[in-house]
Amino acid sequence: MKEACIVGIGQTDYCRKPGSGLSQLALQLQAASRAIGEAGLKPAEIDGIMPFPNLGRAEEFAANLGCQNLRYAATIHMGGAAPAASLQAAAAAVNSGMANYVLLPAGWNGYSGARVRQTVSQDVSSIPGGAIARDYYLPFGFTAPPQWYSVLARRHMHEFGTRSEQLGAIALAMRKHAQLNSSAVMHGKPMTMDDYLASPMLADPYRFFDCCLETDGGAAVVVTTAERARDLGTRPVRILAAASGQPYPADEITNRRDIFRTGLTIAAPEAFGKAGLKPSDVDFAMIYDCFTFEVLQQLEEVGFCERGEGGPFVEGGRIELGGELPVNTHGGLLSEAHVLGMSHIVEAVRQLRGELGERQVKDAELGVVTGWGDFGDGSIALLAR
Amino acid sequence: MTEYSLPLPVLEGHSADFYGFCKEGELRFQRCDGCGAWRHVPRELCAECGSWDWTWTRSSGKGEVFTYTVVGRALHPAFADSAPYAVSVVEMEEGVRMLSRVADVDPAELEIGMRVQVDFEAVTEEISLPIFRRATV
Ligand SMILES: [Zn+2]
Repeated sequence: MKEACIVGIGQTDYCRKPGSGLSQLALQLQAASRAIGEAGLKPAEIDGIMPFPNLGRAEEFAANLGCQNLRYAATIHMGGAAPAASLQAAAAAVNSGMANYVLLPAGWNGYSGARVRQTVSQDVSSIPGGAIARDYYLPFGFTAPPQWYSVLARRHMHEFGTRSEQLGAIALAMRKHAQLNSSAVMHGKPMTMDDYLASPMLADPYRFFDCCLETDGGAAVVVTTAERARDLGTRPVRILAAASGQPYPADEITNRRDIFRTGLTIAAPEAFGKAGLKPSDVDFAMIYDCFTFEVLQQLEEVGFCERGEGGPFVEGGRIELGGELPVNTHGGLLSEAHVLGMSHIVEAVRQLRGELGERQVKDAELGVVTGWGDFGDGSIALLAR
Repeated sequence: MTEYSLPLPVLEGHSADFYGFCKEGELRFQRCDGCGAWRHVPRELCAECGSWDWTWTRSSGKGEVFTYTVVGRALHPAFADSAPYAVSVVEMEEGVRMLSRVADVDPAELEIGMRVQVDFEAVTEEISLPIFRRATV
């Protein structure tokens, strides 16, 4: 397979109060414009745009940025799995000649747009199986992602003896990493296991600190071919392989014969197979951390450990900087900001460029980025310097 | 009946059938005429054998708690006064699972594997929700 590269990254400030002060579109345009500029490109050269689902259309991005030659526009409808899945599609697009430079923007006012968010919680029509949720989940109060996924965590605890302190170890690792990231919303706000265990129960076993932040922020990346990447100003990061997958059934979360088989269960072996690599080759992982257990589950499904061993795996500092597999060195959705997974790609690129100073993973050559969305859609990208 | 303020299913197509039986005090699932597979939620055809023919077949109503959560803080405004409340995934004897709640068990006492029996709660003139109670036998 021909390789594609990430040649530009951009992000906005990440914040809660008082809010970004920008519209959802402007926030994403700011990140996009920085990514395009960093790559040394002009907007007119961007001929492919892959907007995050339900957060904007390629037409409006192109019109605002001045992308006068747009010829490839597509959105992968996988919620938080969209960014890594879009890397897969963007790589295919540039290598097949459908586009030369593809922009992947994401961003939202997840904090200051609270009113919008509340409306979304009452209208599930945008998720796959929206009518199923409406008719069979909502009447019983099963209304939102932490609740949908908490039943998976509870079952995992039952089958494998996974404990709250192990979920806490994930929250603590993300928070520890955020102390080394001045862009992180939780920078300067360290957390202890006692803090974690004392936080209120939101959807048992999920406590408040098991859940991702609600923040304003945007991030974007630009993808092109390996050949074009050589002529640009930045150090390209190679997309060795990317894949995506869906659980079965993907539109209903309770009737899966194997409740832990998610999209990533399918995608991870495909990506590693294509790249001719294995999980033990990886230097760091950026795991989509909407909730702590989803990190544990994805570590298992990627194959960093066996199914059921995720609890012990995350203990003892293994997923912290300096450990065997540093996870989310930026602090992730849990402690940096909720930038829909695009921030995970941005962080992976920085690790592979070797520009992260205090939180640099020494000699980082190969990293994994995952995405998780909707009822367990999954994606993965293997990135290398 | 006092005004019911929680979200209700929309009764159209298969959900009208499913909840129609609930109103009669019967829990029925689609069962494939071709291969006998039970399914929930309702679908258009059998994903096991491809048959388009099914029969709404009565469930024993018996099952056990497969997993659950206790919602400590509601994330939907309509449930604000309900928290803390538990939501359970019940695995029925027929093999299908359904999302519901165990009405007569304190959330703190809920356990995976608990045997439960379906019951129905008439929440409006048209709609009865299938809920569960701890099995007596
Ligand atoms: Zn059949």
